Amino acid sequence: MILDTHPALPEFEYIRPANLAEASDFLAQHPDTARPFLGGTDVFVRMRDGFMKPEFLVDVKNLDGTNELRFDSRTGLTVGAAVNMNRVIASPDVQAHYPLLAEACRSVASYQLRTRATIVGNLCNASPAGDTIGACLVFGGVLHLHGVSGPRQEPLSGFFRGPGKTTLKPGDIVTAIHFPIPPNGCVGKYIKLGRNQLSDLSIVGVTALGHKDSTCSSGYRFRLALASVAPVPLMPAEVETYLANNPLTPDAINEAARLASQACSPIDDVRGGARYRRQMVRNLSVKALTEVWKKLD
Amino acid sequence: MAFHKINITINGGLEQVVVPSNMTLMQMLRENLALTGTKNGCSAGECGACTVLLNGEPVNSCMVLAVECDGTNIVTVEGLAGDQQLDPVQEAIIQSGGVQCGFCTPGILISARALLDRNPDPAEEEIREALVGNLCRCTGYVRIIESVKAAAKV
Ligand SMILES: Cc1cc2nc3c(=O)[nH]c(=O)nc-3n(C[C@H](O)[C@H](O)[C@H](O)COP(=O)(O)OP(=O)(O)OC[C@H]3O[C@@H](n4cnc5c(N)ncnc54)[C@H](O)[C@@H]3O)c2cc1C
Ligand code: FES
Ligand code: FES
Repeated sequence: MILDTHPALPEFEYIRPANLAEASDFLAQHPDTARPFLGGTDVFVRMRDGFMKPEFLVDVKNLDGTNELRFDSRTGLTVGAAVNMNRVIASPDVQAHYPLLAEACRSVASYQLRTRATIVGNLCNASPAGDTIGACLVFGGVLHLHGVSGPRQEPLSGFFRGPGKTTLKPGDIVTAIHFPIPPNGCVGKYIKLGRNQLSDLSIVGVTALGHKDSTCSSGYRFRLALASVAPVPLMPAEVETYLANNPLTPDAINEAARLASQACSPIDDVRGGARYRRQMVRNLSVKALTEVWKKLD
Repeated sequence: MAFHKINITINGGLEQVVVPSNMTLMQMLRENLALTGTKNGCSAGECGACTVLLNGEPVNSCMVLAVECDGTNIVTVEGLAGDQQLDPVQEAIIQSGGVQCGFCTPGILISARALLDRNPDPAEEEIREALVGNLCRCTGYVRIIESVKAAAKV
């Protein structure tokens, strides 16, 4: 057998629509053969590997404001679909108000890949290992979409349906992700367990966001998101509820981490075994939650 | 498959190239323009040997379509040196012995130049992070990192 280690891209037609309406119409008219793309860092790999054979690649960069990165102190942050991860990392607004999002982006691949890779591409790719998904979930991200019947919005929390599967319908294009103003004084932490410190896909990813909240009995509210441990990224509500209702102690954090590992349904794969992953969710959840708690006090 | 006529500035000169949809920027540079300094190590975005500057920012040219580059400005390793002298990172990597087989070197030089353009005085950690996407099978990286430090002082 001859193994081609440098496969060229298979043939396809490159389509650059003039606006979102045209893009949605084209995609809807070719539901099985056309695919939108932004940075292409997932699409090209899948095409070279033969997993994906689109006849048309529809370039949805630079359409109708998808290149904007905008912060408004009343409504929050909007990251246009075409905004690359390096721009997110370098943005003073992101650093000031959503540093966890910058931290998550920094853990993706390499600088030169992040010149192309986008958060929206990471979300639409819907890999349970997607590094920015956790931060987008805990910040309460809302997707801005454009479909054949025009624009609409959808919370990110209901978006994922399985590995590579989302609620997107033919003709749908994600145009941006929006984040509300984060809770006052919140602190976040992303722990990515990979085979090396930088640039590899996660074996397990744990994202924690916490803030003080006098309206719940513990006085603290936490959100926890888990990557690479189930067919979809998880945000186990039982962890949130437990930590809101029980006095915050190291034991409570241990129990919350146990609940987190219970919520997972990991698989064995080349990057790690299921049992190992479940144990790591527990350990890393303790670590992430404790670190956030310490910074809040 | 359709062909596209694109206008592109490469190392300061304007080029008009006709490319098929599925041609990558890397293929166009190497095969249409004979700029073979840009290397094909993996065609998968992993190794960084194909790194070039696209509008001043480093990209893996194997992960960019040529047709997407219409109207852009590209700098390859061939465009780093001035008429009379090498770029300080080129000079430094020679001085520090940061080149062995040389396959990774063009990509390293581009990544290093891009780093120094956005951060003229990087800490060692920042150099390492900027070069995460450039694999080198020969040198063990130490001399490469030393050379970026040396170039930063120029
Ligand atoms: C070498 C390498 C290393 C990587 N390392 C990491 C890593 O460490 N962590 C990580 O999380 N990922 C990693 N990735 C995967 C990839 O880079 C990320 O998922 C990236 O965020 C994808 O963004 P993109 O803009 O390139 O997406 P694209 O490839 O353009 O698109 C991704 C998917 O989303 C769909 N899509 C794109 N745009 C839209 C839209 N506007 N509306 C609807 N659907 C759309 C596409 O059809 C495709 O299915 C790596 C990839 C490579 C090649
Ligand atoms: S050839 Fe492009 S990253 Fe390896
Ligand atoms: S010098 Fe040989 S790969 Fe770097």
